[in-house]
Amino acid sequence: MQYMLLIYEDNTSPKPGSPEWEGYLKEYGVFTEEVKAKGVFIAGDALQPVTTATTVRVRGGKAATTDGPFAETKEMFAGYYLLDCKDLDEAIEYAEKIPSAKYGAVEVRPVMVFD
Amino acid sequence: MRNEWGRVLAALINVLGDFDKAEDALQDAVVAALKDWAAQGIPDNPRAWLLQVARRKAIDRFRREQIFETRRTDLEQLYQPEQLDAEQVMGDGIPDERLRLIFTCCHPALSEQAQVALTLRTLGGLTTTELARAYLIPEVTMAQRIVRAKRKIKAANIPYRVPPPERLTERVGSVLSVIYLIFNEGYAASSGQDLTRIALSGEAIRLGEMLHALMPREPEVAGLLALMLLHDSRKPARIDEDGNFVALEKQQRGLWNYEQIKAGLHLLEKAGPIEQAGPYQLQAAISAVHAQAADYQDTDWHRIILLYDQLYAIQPSPVVKLNAVVALSMVQGPASALEVLERVEAEGKLDRYQPFHVVKANLLKSVGQKQAAAEAYRLALSITHNRVERDFLQHCLKELEGCSK
Repeated sequence: MQYMLLIYEDNTSPKPGSPEWEGYLKEYGVFTEEVKAKGVFIAGDALQPVTTATTVRVRGGKAATTDGPFAETKEMFAGYYLLDCKDLDEAIEYAEKIPSAKYGAVEVRPVMVFD
Repeated sequence: MRNEWGRVLAALINVLGDFDKAEDALQDAVVAALKDWAAQGIPDNPRAWLLQVARRKAIDRFRREQIFETRRTDLEQLYQPEQLDAEQVMGDGIPDERLRLIFTCCHPALSEQAQVALTLRTLGGLTTTELARAYLIPEVTMAQRIVRAKRKIKAANIPYRVPPPERLTERVGSVLSVIYLIFNEGYAASSGQDLTRIALSGEAIRLGEMLHALMPREPEVAGLLALMLLHDSRKPARIDEDGNFVALEKQQRGLWNYEQIKAGLHLLEKAGPIEQAGPYQLQAAISAVHAQAADYQDTDWHRIILLYDQLYAIQPSPVVKLNAVVALSMVQGPASALEVLERVEAEGKLDRYQPFHVVKANLLKSVGQKQAAAEAYRLALSITHNRVERDFLQHCLKELEGCSK
């Protein structure tokens, strides 16, 4: 079963250029290696910071484009992993290992299957 | 029949891999049983009877829904255990799957309310109507809560299994807190119109006994069961003939249920050394000190203080400290207890916690600060909704005003 692990960072997460940053990236490298080696990895990406975000809405056939993320919250969506796990417990175990879980949060969502 | 509900349901979920299908099938079987058993008497092995009939009913449902072809594997699963049945009935009945069921119902991915509702519905066999009445919410709300929880179990694929050893302690903790929550809901309720809620503490004890039978070596499981039995043993003395609440200090100890006390003490002893005890064992140990005291004055308050210190070390909550303050006042007097209480108050976490204001009022009264005591009683009253407790506090207040004249 596929689970999307949505990664949210907050302002305590290490930033590029900070002394913790290198170690943080390394931890991500280790995690990605692990999920690949275990054969559960389907996809995963990190996103550029929310300052680069653009939000698009179409109302009455008209598109409106605004600067910034969809929702202004303390925690910002920063990336994801798409994993193939046998059940929620396995997905939770991987979520706990994602380096950002120590700072922000990881939301685990099962992927919808249309049959 | 309710005794068998949880056992049979747990076995059915295991076979069918689906909460709803299992429940529908069992419901059908119960309806059949009511008719059949009335006419022919209760079968020798009602559990096996229910399981067999439920399985047949599940097959009927599959056929009715015309998914015979697509769900072939389901049907094969259904037939297989039937062959096992004969031997199992000869032996010791049906494998007990209730542990899997309770771990799934109390999975931390479900909300606490959902965990409680689902546990009482599936393992306790309470109907949605009974649950709604016990938790004082509309039946629709309760039904929705259960439906949503079951939907999440299915959609998110919460596993139906006992967690692996490295997760067990954490997950047992989650199960224990659900059971204790149910117990307290019933224990706090105390008046006639609350009868359905009082029954909840009995349900919690039953669940605790079940869990202890299934996990006899988990010290905290034994600890929680001991704690519930020791608390529950005082129930006959907590309310007088007029329905008024009676504080521990004034309880007629002869009314306590000494069978329950004996069972609680025995469990506590079996659970293991107190030095390594978890929070439930420690709370049970404190309750045990009360249970063994001839009267309130005679209680071993020194031991209670030590136990609270030990509890605070692993569970540093202001509520634990508040309870320790009561014991402290018995050993060192109300004045030094008030000093500690002021420090607890300064943390500001118990402003809306009714027992805090009651303890404060009692201590202030003991040192002769009647006006401040009355104020604390009034504050406590303003956040108390339980009728029996309100009556009790009003009585305290009247007594105080009476002696100030």
